[in-house]
Amino acid sequence: MPQRADTYPKILNVVVRYLLMILLALLLFGLIVRIFGKDPFQAYKDIFTFTLGSTYGFSEVIVTMIPILITALAVAVPWRVGLINIGGEGQLYIGAAFATWGALTFQNSPAWILLPLMMLLGMLGGALWAFIPGYLRGIGLVNETIVTLLLNSVGIMVVGFLIFSFWPSPGDTSMTATFVPAALLPTFFGTRIHLGLVIGLVLLVLYWFVMKYTRWGLEMRAIGGNPQAARRNGIPLKGYLIIVMCIGGAIAGLAGMAMVSGFYHRLLYNFSQSVGFMGFLISWLAGAQPIGIILMSFVVAIIVTGGTLLQLTIALPYAVINILLAFTLFVVLARQGFFERKKA
Amino acid sequence: MSLLSIFGVLSSAIFAGTSLLYTTLGEVIHQRSGIVDLGLEGLLLVSASTGFAVTFESGNPYLGVLAAMLAGGLFNMVFGYLVINRQANQLASGLAMMFLGFGLSALIGNAYVGAKINGLPRMLLPGLSGLPTLWTSLFKFDILIYLAIPVAFLVWWLLFRTRWGLGLRAVGENTDAAFASGRNPRLVRYQALFFGGLLAGLGAAHLSIAYTMTWGEHMTAGRGFIAVALVIFSRWQPLQAIVGALLFSGAIAFQLLLQSIGVEISGFLLETIPYVVTILVLVAWGGNRKHSAPASLGRVYYGRE
Repeated sequence: MPQRADTYPKILNVVVRYLLMILLALLLFGLIVRIFGKDPFQAYKDIFTFTLGSTYGFSEVIVTMIPILITALAVAVPWRVGLINIGGEGQLYIGAAFATWGALTFQNSPAWILLPLMMLLGMLGGALWAFIPGYLRGIGLVNETIVTLLLNSVGIMVVGFLIFSFWPSPGDTSMTATFVPAALLPTFFGTRIHLGLVIGLVLLVLYWFVMKYTRWGLEMRAIGGNPQAARRNGIPLKGYLIIVMCIGGAIAGLAGMAMVSGFYHRLLYNFSQSVGFMGFLISWLAGAQPIGIILMSFVVAIIVTGGTLLQLTIALPYAVINILLAFTLFVVLARQGFFERKKA
Repeated sequence: MSLLSIFGVLSSAIFAGTSLLYTTLGEVIHQRSGIVDLGLEGLLLVSASTGFAVTFESGNPYLGVLAAMLAGGLFNMVFGYLVINRQANQLASGLAMMFLGFGLSALIGNAYVGAKINGLPRMLLPGLSGLPTLWTSLFKFDILIYLAIPVAFLVWWLLFRTRWGLGLRAVGENTDAAFASGRNPRLVRYQALFFGGLLAGLGAAHLSIAYTMTWGEHMTAGRGFIAVALVIFSRWQPLQAIVGALLFSGAIAFQLLLQSIGVEISGFLLETIPYVVTILVLVAWGGNRKHSAPASLGRVYYGRE
C-alpha cells in the first residue's frame, strides 16, 4: 500500500528496505548451504566476526574494496552519457599489463618517478582498450555494449600471452617476477591497505564534483538525458562519447595498476577474478550515484572477503561465496517488485 | 607432417568445438525471443558440474546428460524470473547469474574434483571398420557429436518453420505487436529460456561428460562468452552457428597443427580469434539494417495490464 509507506520517514524506509533485502539474501544462501549439509549459522558468525569484528578482517575488507570501487567508477562515468561499459575487466587487465611493463623496464628508477609513471601507463592502457569501442560507437558504427564485452576476454588472453611469452618468472610461468620495492604502492597502518584506497576515494570525490558542479558534468548529463537534444544545443556529441569512454577505460586501467602494484606485487594470469564485472553490477545497482557506489562496494567486499573463511570453517571452496554475492545482487535487482506495489 | 596427424588434429578440434555449437544454438533461441543471456558462463558451469556428478553417482552417462540439460533449463528459470517477472535489467541480471553459476558449480562439484568417470561411449563412423586401429581411434565420436549438426537443423526448423518459432521471433522483434496478435510474450520468453537452457546444458554435458571427463572449477574457460560472440557472428541464424562453431574449432585445430610441426605460437593469441573476427564482422556490417539483431533484444516487456 503506497499511502502507508509514505508516512514513514524516507531515510528509515530506505535503510529498513535494504536491511530486509540483505536478510533475504542471507536466508536464501543459508538454505542452499544447509541443503548441502553444512551449518550456515557458523559460517555467518565467522564471516561477520572476522570482517566487521576484527581490525585485521576489516582491513582486508577495505583491501578487497579498492579495485571494486575503482572499476565501479569506470562503469559509472560512461554510464552518465548513456554508454554501457561492460569492458571494465578487459580494460583493467590491459592497464595492469602496461603498468607491469613500466615496472619491469624502469626498475632502477626511484619510487617517486616509477609509481606516477606506472599510474599513467595503466591509465593509458585502459584508455586505449576503451578507445576501440568508444571510437566505433562515436562514429556510429557499432554498439559499444557488445564490443566492450568481447574485448574483456581478448584482454585477459593478451595478458596471458605477455606473461607466458615475455615476462615469465623463473619459478612459475603463469606470473611475472615480483616487482622491485620502488614499484609497489605504499601500504598503511601495517595492514595490506595500500595507496589505491586514496586513489579510489579521490576519484570518487572528483567524479561527484565534476558531475555536479562543472560544465562538463552538465553537458554529460545532458547527453545522457537526450543525445539529440544535446547535439542540437551545440554539445560535441561524438567527441564526448569517445573521450568519456576512454576516461572510463583509464579509470579501469588504474584499478588494474593498483591491483598489481598494491596487492599482488606482480602480474598474474587471470588475477582479477571478475572484479570488473562486480564493478559493472555495483555501478548499475547504485544508479551510478557516488554514495550508492561506495556502500555497495563495501557490502560486496564484505561478502567476497568472507569467502576466504568458508574453506576454514565449513570446508567449502572459496568460490561458493559467489552464491551469496549473486543472491545479494538478485534481491537488489528485483527490488521494485519486492517492495513497491506496481501502480495499476 | 603425416596425414594421420592432420586427422588427429581435426578429430580433437571436433571434440573441443561441439559443446560450443550447442551453447550457441541455445543463445540464438534466447536472443531470438529478445533476451540477452550473459549468464551463460554460469549456466554452463552448473550444467557441467551437475552432469558430471550425476554420471559419477549413477554410472550412467546418459542420465548425466539429461541432468545437465535439466540443470541448464532450470537455471535459466531463475534468470527468467528476474528479467521477465521482475523486469530487471538483462545485462546486470545475466552477470549476477554468472556469479551464481560460479558459486553453485563449485558447491556441486566440490566432492568430485579429481574424480574419474566413464564418459559417453564413442562409436566409429560407419563404413570405416576396415581401417587400422591407429586410424579408427580418430574417427570415434560420441552421440552428441553426431547429433550436433542435426540439432542445428532442428533449431532452424523450429524457429523458421513452426508456429511456435514464428511466435518466438515475433516476441523478439516487437513484443507489443506479438501481444496484440494473441501471444503471451512472458510465456514465450520463458519457453525460449527453458529450451535454450536445455541446449546450452547439452553443450556443457558434452564438455564434462564426453570431452574432458573430469570436473574442475571454471572448466568452461569463457565458452559462455564465446557463444555470445558467435551468435552475433552467425547473425542469429542457427545454421550459420555451425560456421561459428567451426571458426572456434578451426582456431584450436590450427594451434594444434602448428604445434605438431614445431611452430610455437601462443595459444592465447589464437583463442582471441573468435572474438576478434566477431568484432571485425560487426565493423564490416556497420549498422546495416539487414543484418541487425532482433529489434526488441534487451528490452524489458512491461506488459499491458
